[in-house]
Amino acid sequence: MAPILELRSLRAFYGQSEVVHGIDVAVEEGGMTVLLGANGAGKTTTLRALCGMVRRDGQILFAGKELRRRSTEEIASLGVGHVPEGRGTFVGLTVEENLRLGGYTNQRQLPEAVERMYGYFPILAQRRRQQAGALSGGEQQMLAIARALMMAPRLLVLDEPSFGLAPRVVESIFAIVERIRREGHVSVLLVEQNASLALELADHAYLIETGYVVASGSAKSLANDPQIRRSYLGY
Amino acid sequence: MHQFLQQIFSGLAAGSIYASLALALVMIYRATDLVNFAQGEMAMFSTYIAWTLVNAGLPFWLAFLITLVVSFLGGMIIERVVIRPVENAPVLAAVVVTIGLLLIFNSVAGWIYTYTVQDFPSPFPDRPVFGALMTTRDLGVIGVTLLMLVLLFAFFRYTPIGLAMRAAAQNPASARLCGIRVGRMLAIGWGLAAMIGATAGVMVAPVLFLDPNMMGGVLIYAFAGALLGGITSPVGAVVGGLIVGVTENLVGTYLIASQLKLTVAFALIILVLVFRPNGLFGTAIVRRV
Repeated sequence: MAPILELRSLRAFYGQSEVVHGIDVAVEEGGMTVLLGANGAGKTTTLRALCGMVRRDGQILFAGKELRRRSTEEIASLGVGHVPEGRGTFVGLTVEENLRLGGYTNQRQLPEAVERMYGYFPILAQRRRQQAGALSGGEQQMLAIARALMMAPRLLVLDEPSFGLAPRVVESIFAIVERIRREGHVSVLLVEQNASLALELADHAYLIETGYVVASGSAKSLANDPQIRRSYLGY
Repeated sequence: MHQFLQQIFSGLAAGSIYASLALALVMIYRATDLVNFAQGEMAMFSTYIAWTLVNAGLPFWLAFLITLVVSFLGGMIIERVVIRPVENAPVLAAVVVTIGLLLIFNSVAGWIYTYTVQDFPSPFPDRPVFGALMTTRDLGVIGVTLLMLVLLFAFFRYTPIGLAMRAAAQNPASARLCGIRVGRMLAIGWGLAAMIGATAGVMVAPVLFLDPNMMGGVLIYAFAGALLGGITSPVGAVVGGLIVGVTENLVGTYLIASQLKLTVAFALIILVLVFRPNGLFGTAIVRRV
């Protein structure tokens, strides 16, 4: 199948300094690709470059469109749902308002979409009138993902959804992401510290070190690579 | 007792004007972390537009409506042309820009309309009501400002654009990820603030009479109101503005000469900043470094 997203020799910058040095990454339509690597390797920066949140160079092809010159809000309305590092929920607004904001570009189907999210994440339905800031970490992560799904994206970008969460919560969140991917024709680009879990779910994986892709291939082959096992999986 | 109540009601009428302008200040502050010192002069200029239209023979309310539309567009243009270039500049630079705007509006108004004090028509008759406790004019001013505040809160609470504006003010990065055009939301915010200011100006002009310096004192009362309520809280701005209006009136009647009333506002500003910097309803701003 053709890739929904292709990054070609993507470079990304913070101010004057180049952080990502020309990487190639692809996400298959309906697939899940994971970016692995240590802290500071440039994974989050890659995601931010994709969505126009940092200065970037190279090619970003999404569903046949070049994104490099487009603004963050345009990229979002083209169908990239980005759950940023730190979740990016609107903590001063209610759960339901957060969801309605997620569906900002999709106003006509708003009520149905909100109900669909409550179906995926029943706990959010119970908390619909509460301020997002009052939710637990896991609930906030669910809200962040639901918010991104509200726009009916073709690509879901997840930046460390497991960060700071208990293993059981992480598992349930990934189970839902997996279910939505299978049902909803959404492709996923994932950045994750939890390499063993990520490699289990993803079909493709890229290992990034100091701004370069140092290994890539099917998730299975990377999971069996002895060096990766030692450095990232710990066995 | 009768006089006391009278003073409270006329204080509420003045206070509702301060409340509107305070709300305009708070809206801009929440969206851009910027105190717009030109808010009063923009309102004054809007009032001159209304005055011109009324003098051209338009019915008052039609002139008012056109003024609101022109002010809204004017506010948006100011954001685009003057404020956006200093969006990422240090706060001080942006503040100086708004002070520059204040001077520009003041001088341009003086240049076009001269500094002669003008009579401004009131749309409301001036008759005592409720056993002479208040006048129909006070009642009209309070009614119009309350209506505007209710419409505004409904707009922010129930419309998608209102929600998007709150989101853009709270977390611009996430708002962009939702596909919200944050720049446009800021421009709409400036437009709305200018519109609120225009209402305040038109409502206060029959009392203060119209001249280019009309809003100077009003802006200071509005500041006091906004700070008292907490500069981050729209509800606080309204409550604070009303409290300032009533306090100013009572103090001016019973304690000091009414020419010295403005000192009350300054004293209030200092007291709030020293003893309760977050105001009555504001939240402390916590910055992680």
